[in-house]
Amino acid sequence: MVAPVPLRVVRCGGSALHGARAVFSADSKYLLCAAGDFVKMYSLATEETLQLMGGHADRVTGIQLNPRNHMQLYSSSLDGSIKLWDFMDGIPIKTFSVGPKLLALYALASCEDSVFVIVPKSGERDTFQLVSVKLTKAAGQDVEAKELAVVLDGVDASPKHTAFGREGEYVASVKELNLQVYFFKQKQLNRFSVSATKTKGGNNHFTCIACHPTEDCIATGSADGKIRLWRNFYHKKEYTFSTLHWHHDTVMDLAFSIEGTSLLSGGVESVLVLWRNESDCQKDFLPRLGSPIEYISVSPDGALCCTLHADNRITIVNSNLRFSKSIQGLIKSADVKTGLVVDPRTKALVLNGEPGHLQFYCLQSDQQLFSLDIVQRQYIHQAGLNQADLVKVAFSARGKWLATVEEREEVTDPELQLKLWFYDEETQSFKLNTRINMPHEDHITDVCFRDMDELEDDSLILVTTGRDCVFKVWVMVEDTDPEAQQSVSWSCDFVGSYHNYQATNCCFSEDGSLLAVSFEETVTVWDSVTWDLKCTFCHPPGKIRSICFGRLMCSKYLIGATDYGFLCCWNLLSCALEWSAHLNILVLQPDPLSEYIAAVSWLSKESSLFVFKPNEPRPIYIQRNLCKEKIQLAAFVPRDEPEMIGSEKYLWLRRSQLFFLTDTQ
Amino acid sequence: MGEFEVHRVRFFGLVPAGVRCLACPPRGSRLALARTDGAVEVWNCAANYFQEKVIPGHEARSVEALCWAVGERLFGAGLSGEITEYDLGRLRASCSLDGGGGPIWSMAANSSGTQLAIGCEDGSVKLFQVVPGGIQFERNLDRRKGRILCLSWHPSDTHIAAGSIDAFRVLDVSSGQTVQRIMVNYQVQKVKRECVVWSIAFLSCGTVVTSDSFGRVQFWDWERGTLLESHTVSTSAVLSLAVSEKEDSIVVGTSTGATYQFQLLPVKMGSLEKRWVRTKPFQHHTHDVRAVAHSSTALISGGLDAQLVIRPLMEKIQKKSYDAALRKFTFPHRRLVSCARKARLLLFQFSQHLELWRLGSTDETGKDGEVLPLCRMPEHLLQLKSKGPEHIYCSCVSPCGGWVAYSTASRFHLYRVQYEGDSISIKKVPKVPKLLSPAYQLQFSSDSSSLFVASARGSVHVLQLLEPGGCRHLHTLRPPSGCPEAVYLLAPSADGHWLAAVGGDWVIHIYNLKCFKHHCMVPTYDCAVSAVAIHPVTNNLVIAYSDQQLFEFSIPKKQYTAWSRTVQNCGLHKLWLERDSPITHIAFNPKNPSHILLHDTYMFCVLDKSLPLPDDSAPLMNQSTLKQLPESMRQRQLHAFKICKKFQPLLFADLLDENCLVMVERPIMDIKTQLPLPVQQKKFGT
Repeated sequence: MVAPVPLRVVRCGGSALHGARAVFSADSKYLLCAAGDFVKMYSLATEETLQLMGGHADRVTGIQLNPRNHMQLYSSSLDGSIKLWDFMDGIPIKTFSVGPKLLALYALASCEDSVFVIVPKSGERDTFQLVSVKLTKAAGQDVEAKELAVVLDGVDASPKHTAFGREGEYVASVKELNLQVYFFKQKQLNRFSVSATKTKGGNNHFTCIACHPTEDCIATGSADGKIRLWRNFYHKKEYTFSTLHWHHDTVMDLAFSIEGTSLLSGGVESVLVLWRNESDCQKDFLPRLGSPIEYISVSPDGALCCTLHADNRITIVNSNLRFSKSIQGLIKSADVKTGLVVDPRTKALVLNGEPGHLQFYCLQSDQQLFSLDIVQRQYIHQAGLNQADLVKVAFSARGKWLATVEEREEVTDPELQLKLWFYDEETQSFKLNTRINMPHEDHITDVCFRDMDELEDDSLILVTTGRDCVFKVWVMVEDTDPEAQQSVSWSCDFVGSYHNYQATNCCFSEDGSLLAVSFEETVTVWDSVTWDLKCTFCHPPGKIRSICFGRLMCSKYLIGATDYGFLCCWNLLSCALEWSAHLNILVLQPDPLSEYIAAVSWLSKESSLFVFKPNEPRPIYIQRNLCKEKIQLAAFVPRDEPEMIGSEKYLWLRRSQLFFLTDTQ
Repeated sequence: MGEFEVHRVRFFGLVPAGVRCLACPPRGSRLALARTDGAVEVWNCAANYFQEKVIPGHEARSVEALCWAVGERLFGAGLSGEITEYDLGRLRASCSLDGGGGPIWSMAANSSGTQLAIGCEDGSVKLFQVVPGGIQFERNLDRRKGRILCLSWHPSDTHIAAGSIDAFRVLDVSSGQTVQRIMVNYQVQKVKRECVVWSIAFLSCGTVVTSDSFGRVQFWDWERGTLLESHTVSTSAVLSLAVSEKEDSIVVGTSTGATYQFQLLPVKMGSLEKRWVRTKPFQHHTHDVRAVAHSSTALISGGLDAQLVIRPLMEKIQKKSYDAALRKFTFPHRRLVSCARKARLLLFQFSQHLELWRLGSTDETGKDGEVLPLCRMPEHLLQLKSKGPEHIYCSCVSPCGGWVAYSTASRFHLYRVQYEGDSISIKKVPKVPKLLSPAYQLQFSSDSSSLFVASARGSVHVLQLLEPGGCRHLHTLRPPSGCPEAVYLLAPSADGHWLAAVGGDWVIHIYNLKCFKHHCMVPTYDCAVSAVAIHPVTNNLVIAYSDQQLFEFSIPKKQYTAWSRTVQNCGLHKLWLERDSPITHIAFNPKNPSHILLHDTYMFCVLDKSLPLPDDSAPLMNQSTLKQLPESMRQRQLHAFKICKKFQPLLFADLLDENCLVMVERPIMDIKTQLPLPVQQKKFGT
């Protein structure tokens, strides 16, 4: 055995791109984004990720170009440090450790050696202040920067709630219903407030702020969709504002163009609005951006602007408001019902994407390859509607067939559809082959193909298990209808049940000869040719959570995990329990390329990872306290090239939106 | 509060005429307003925006423009082609002169108010000199094709800007030549729609501001003929525009009912560069805003929906007071309804006809708040059309219902109405005395034996009514010191002994009717009187002023009563003083001598003099909370003002007998349905 290498948990991708406003490089050729703990640099020409700058120990909350050197970038993080990067080479130049959590970062050209950050006020909960940090010019990589001076008290934590005005003359910050403006030269602080209005939809609290680059004008957006343009705000009484109103819901972000002649705004409507000349009547729209706009930033040459979206997408928009490019990260949908599935053809991770869509996500490039519309219905952006969504996905061994199950949640009877998609080599995409309405009377609990590489076409079998206490076997049949354009379609071949228990899981053995179906507390094994019940296994108490067959050397074993914390291994030849372990297994995932099986357990608020071979009751690898969060799903993704030592990678998704890729020995 | 059987009358189909133009003198508190029916009104801004004077309209005299000239003289011009001076003392058109250029669309006075310029249909701009007793034609300026829709003088009086269709011109006053002509639709020439310059303003810096039918407000440098700034404020026309005296703020009104404010603001702090910025939008009107005015503390707008809206500029107001609140006026501040108490008839005054209605009746009784079914429906008895083009000044029905009188600008009419069962006959009284026109207010004595006619110069004529249908001029009451203004309010006492008359100078004279002598004068209070009435038992005169103050004056003792002094010492409740509309009618309950019944447009109040006055900390409107309190608690919380706000806008309220009230309501929605459809606007969510 190779000596154990300490397991390293590395965040791999899929992290939210909307931690902070994106920053264009000075020549508008590159785009810099905060992505989780990293700062990413994209090329605007090719949309490729050019640099991945890691080093912060927590989420990056703000990035700003160094005003005095446009090839350098400041980044702030919740770990309490500010880092200065050479972003072209991706190397950190300096680390300034400030101490408290940094929630936002602002850099000004007029302030020689300090930057502004928002920090929590010490000793008070939920109050934040804007402070300036003096960045000392001391030599060395790691420098302490403890010289803090409070500029504004009682600001909001969000970086969108504070903005610096023309040439750094003033700083404006909004919180709830108040706007405060501080003039640096005059040392004058003015406060304005708007009266609260409660509407059916919500309140009119401020949500974002932007300052005009050349004039004394502040734009604020509020939760009721109104944009206010404030002027004359150096007078406490004779200040004035005008209102622009198009958004029907919260204005998420605002940005002035470089000359200040136009204003960009975005919100949950997924429409970018361009207001010209501060006029209510001259506005242009870029609609159908797909998902709510979180941040807007404008390139220094004014030719481009970019919007960061709630679904982890970056959209690059031309100055004439034409859609130019988009960079799509991993979409985090509200509930990943499909689990993590690996597309055998592209090795991409497949899971729920946009509502009703299946996303194919490339792990290596951290980008979405494509999105397949499964439900093919208009999605209505409204809360409280029961909409059809994708719940199960299965690929055949070579990715030629794709089975999807969608359901519309109705209280009394769910609306179910099983769809079978055929991969069309010509169009390089999946084509709908068969649609089966109501394949089961109740929710479908599991779907699997018979994975037999060599027998791909003629003996392909699909098994579905349902809560209506049956499992169904679907086979391909020649289509007799001469009108039909396709030669094959799918139909039901066999319906099996066991003592009227709900069927919960199914899985084929490696050679495809045996089908294991779990019925609540019992695992049944069926012959896949004659559909005879071969034997049953039971390990009370507890219902079966998941089952899988061993592979390669261990194909005589069947592994099952139960509700009350048991992992059991049955020998199929002797029909006896080989071993069992007391573990609360949440995820049981076999590696398709080896005999290893990974199990993730959840015990006393931490997840632990066990890797074992079914023929040995003793795990090969144990990683306790993998992370504090509950791990919901995991998937093994085959590597392109096997690595020197043990070529497994597995990936799992935890409840928050971060992904981990872990290496075992 | 007392229980009453209330007639809620909603069959008075009054539709106030829309506001056509506004004129605000540069220094002064009077706002002149012209309506689409030709009526001209003067509102007093100092007296809580009281509708002080009303000159009823005339069919042939539309008013397109109003201006104040030197010496508080008011001139109007309209599509009849005449320039009319209004006599504000006698409330009528005093003299008029034909402009000689066809219909007049616009008129403007120069900064000193000595010259008037008119813009005519034929494209000419004519200058008139304001001379004592009238105006005099001075000269014609350069005439070009296209009607002149708007005019503005340069503050130095050297140039006039004149807006027309598709273009505006700048005329040199001394030479009379057109020195600049600017096409306003140059940028949108592909559009083959004509662009109407609806309104224009000439600023002292040489900038000309135009508003046009394309919804733009544009700023031009007239000498270079270049466009400085253009603001599109609306998709429909911008109809009106007004500049503040300091020229740092502009208000515009659009045909969608929205008004916008533009402010001249510095681009950067401390820099001299300033720019016009559209700041506040207001949507108070539903229809065209044809007229706007900019006073020093407020934006004033008038629309075709008949509303006059006064929107204060909060930053210009030093302390919170009556002026700091938004005011909206739809209904006139004078009486259009008169009531024959005994006969239970109502007389409604429209601009050119009268309607006489008999109230419905019921024989059922019910509990508080119940709606009683009618056993006899209200009946429209007769409609009296006034002949000629003149509109009705005032009207009255006698308490017995047997007499109806009304007056127009030149004629006074008296009718004898007789009821025989269900049939009704009406006979004009012949040979009414000729000295009476116009009458500004008519009032019958409570026994229907005589008619008081308010007339010019503070005089009141007393007519004796004779059976079966005749009248005789008995006496003319005149104030001893003389008065240039007309009497606009009359109040006879129930016993026929006293008469109170209020003139346009707000002085209240009390006459003794037994010997037709001037009895006394109520001490002058410097505010407009909005309603007066004499108490039937005590002969105390109750006076309501437009600043919401209440006084009680004892006629026999010639002095304010003790209660009135208490009110003045304690002061009235803050909320009472900040109410929107003035008290327009006062009535008394003979059963309860301490009760005074008051109403304004939005509330009805029973003032109980026997109860303590509320102080500012107590709630003024406490009727609904009082109802829920137990008896002992209720006694402690009672105060003098018992206010009921359940009625739709009230035009009239009176007591028919001891426990029966009549309320004439006019729901705003009923008026809205009578108006033409507003400009279609897409509303989100519909």
